[in-house]
Amino acid sequence: MDIHEYQAKQLLSKFGVNIPPGEVVYQTHEAENIVSWLNEDKIVVKAQVHAGGRGKAGGIKVCSGDEQVVKTVDKMIGMKIITPQTSESGKTVRRVYLEKGYDVQKELYLCITVDRETGGNTIIYSRKGGVNIEEVSEKTPNEIHNMKIAPGSDLLTHHARTIVYNLGLKGAVAKKAQKNILSVYKAFVSLDAAMIEINPFAITKNEDVVILDCKASFDDNALYRQRVVAEMKDENEYDPLELEAARHDLNYVKLDGNIGLMVNGAGLSMATMDIIKYYGGEAANFMDVAGAATPERVAAAFKLIYKDPDVQGILINIFGGMMRCNDIATGLVNASKEVGLNKPLVVRLEGTNVDMGKEILINSGFPIKPVDTMEQAAQDVVKMVKENR
Amino acid sequence: MAVLLTKESKVICQGFTGAQGTFHSERAIDYNTNIVGGVTPEKGGTKHLNVPVFNTVAEAKKKTGCNASGVFVPPPFAADAILEAVEAELDLVVCITDGIPTSDMQRVKREMKGCKTRLVGPNCPGVLTPGIGKIGIIPGHICKPGRIGVVSRSGTLSYESAVQTAELGQSTIIGIGGDPVNGTNFVDALELFLDDDETDGIVLIGEIGGTAEIDGAEFIKSWSGKTKKPVAAFVAGAAAPKGRKLGHAGAIVNSGAETADAKKEALKSAGVTVADTITTIGDAMRKAMKI
Repeated sequence: MDIHEYQAKQLLSKFGVNIPPGEVVYQTHEAENIVSWLNEDKIVVKAQVHAGGRGKAGGIKVCSGDEQVVKTVDKMIGMKIITPQTSESGKTVRRVYLEKGYDVQKELYLCITVDRETGGNTIIYSRKGGVNIEEVSEKTPNEIHNMKIAPGSDLLTHHARTIVYNLGLKGAVAKKAQKNILSVYKAFVSLDAAMIEINPFAITKNEDVVILDCKASFDDNALYRQRVVAEMKDENEYDPLELEAARHDLNYVKLDGNIGLMVNGAGLSMATMDIIKYYGGEAANFMDVAGAATPERVAAAFKLIYKDPDVQGILINIFGGMMRCNDIATGLVNASKEVGLNKPLVVRLEGTNVDMGKEILINSGFPIKPVDTMEQAAQDVVKMVKENR
Repeated sequence: MAVLLTKESKVICQGFTGAQGTFHSERAIDYNTNIVGGVTPEKGGTKHLNVPVFNTVAEAKKKTGCNASGVFVPPPFAADAILEAVEAELDLVVCITDGIPTSDMQRVKREMKGCKTRLVGPNCPGVLTPGIGKIGIIPGHICKPGRIGVVSRSGTLSYESAVQTAELGQSTIIGIGGDPVNGTNFVDALELFLDDDETDGIVLIGEIGGTAEIDGAEFIKSWSGKTKKPVAAFVAGAAAPKGRKLGHAGAIVNSGAETADAKKEALKSAGVTVADTITTIGDAMRKAMKI
């Protein structure tokens, strides 16, 4: 689960990380109070959306004076932020963060994430932080350092000292940076984070260390014990269909294509996306009917995909294993009745009673085409969608 | 000799009397798996599915001599259940549970450092040796005795692989699971199959995220002379967008090395026959074996 920048900063500050004073606003009129409370010459106005690259998309403005701040906030609320990390239509700004601006002397980079190679965590850091960090890692990978922490172990003072040294810091500012890094790591572990990225991890002209931007995401599997984090979920940041899927415990991700998919198993779902692409089509979604593919779950999943206006044809690929195909077919036909199916639907079922299942689909009176193989299913649905256009 | 699950294996189930534990233990018994008992705290002394229930793994081991366990315990308690089996020094622990917090598994990893128990999973379909038995949820009827070793991150794709290699049959199917921090990885499984006299060819099914497939490819590259075995592979997720998690906690592309294409290239350069789609993995295996 992702959270907003200001929420991440709130969480980090509880662990002693130095964050700029700031406050979030939902409406323009709230900004005036915040400006007078902050009482700073320079205030940064930041759009709060779950996407990187906001700065380049006009989502971050440095302002001075009450009037300019209020005007900027007014413009930003409701605006669309389009970055390489959003869909083509972008994300609507509903919350804006106002915080103190600094004169910065150095922009460093710091990121903690789970290290799949060792099973522990890894701290990625660089002297060359800032908006071009991706370019830095591509063109000068030797500027990116890595500190691996063994599984289940703490970040120790000597680790933090090494990081600070490699970041080129000395004296009092090095001590401050070290303390902040230890605190961020503590927050990472205590909150079951999956990633905390701080960019820039800034050194100000006054030799202070401050976290200027922060992205954080958390382990979904641990949210049951991280109430404070779980409550920070902003449902506006999610596709409505994804939210509905989550309520049904379905693994669903909205994608850019026009072929709706319903598959059991994450691996098979990915492989089905792949084979559709292989035959020249594009999936409208990833969908793993996680857990047992019961007729009820299959029906719920089917109705959800059907609702997506981008979907022009549907492919269902169920490897039943222990499920009976006739039950799944019945669930599908009932769901088709409910939605009044009029989009092409190709179904590949594998498992017990597969012939009975096919029989039910053929006799349903709906445009449902049962096929024997995944290959055939992919070829057929791609063709039907193209012909339908 | 098959790998992991052999004629000598004595298997217990942790979370035995729960819905999942019961359902899949029944099927494992139907598949002739040597299930000698199960563990559910507070239910020790009773019987379930005609075998004894114990309060602890240590007690189960003392009374039954069990050396392998399938863990069907709910996510908040699963890491503890794994470590209980590790402390009882079982040879094999297969954790089926999906949804264990990553930091819990990091703890498991720390505690298991240097210990003799092998962990498979979590978030995996388990291990199945045709003709011997199974721990986990792989449907028995789709697997046939034979000489292909299957190792897969995805459950359903291991089933597809079993169906497509039906006429060759399988020595053992190992589902290593889709979590970012897990026990047995591709290199471990490849090592097992390489040393196994009953395995002639290996199917490897990977997916996006992490670099375990690249490590596998490096390991295959190091094979030489007589110790080589033909490998066929598929990597799921070529159509996946960057930065979006697709179902499995581990299936997310964060860097170039984690894409399906990068992994396929690495495997190809190690001499592996790579299938373009999952539907041709059987053909790829036969091609690699020159049959």
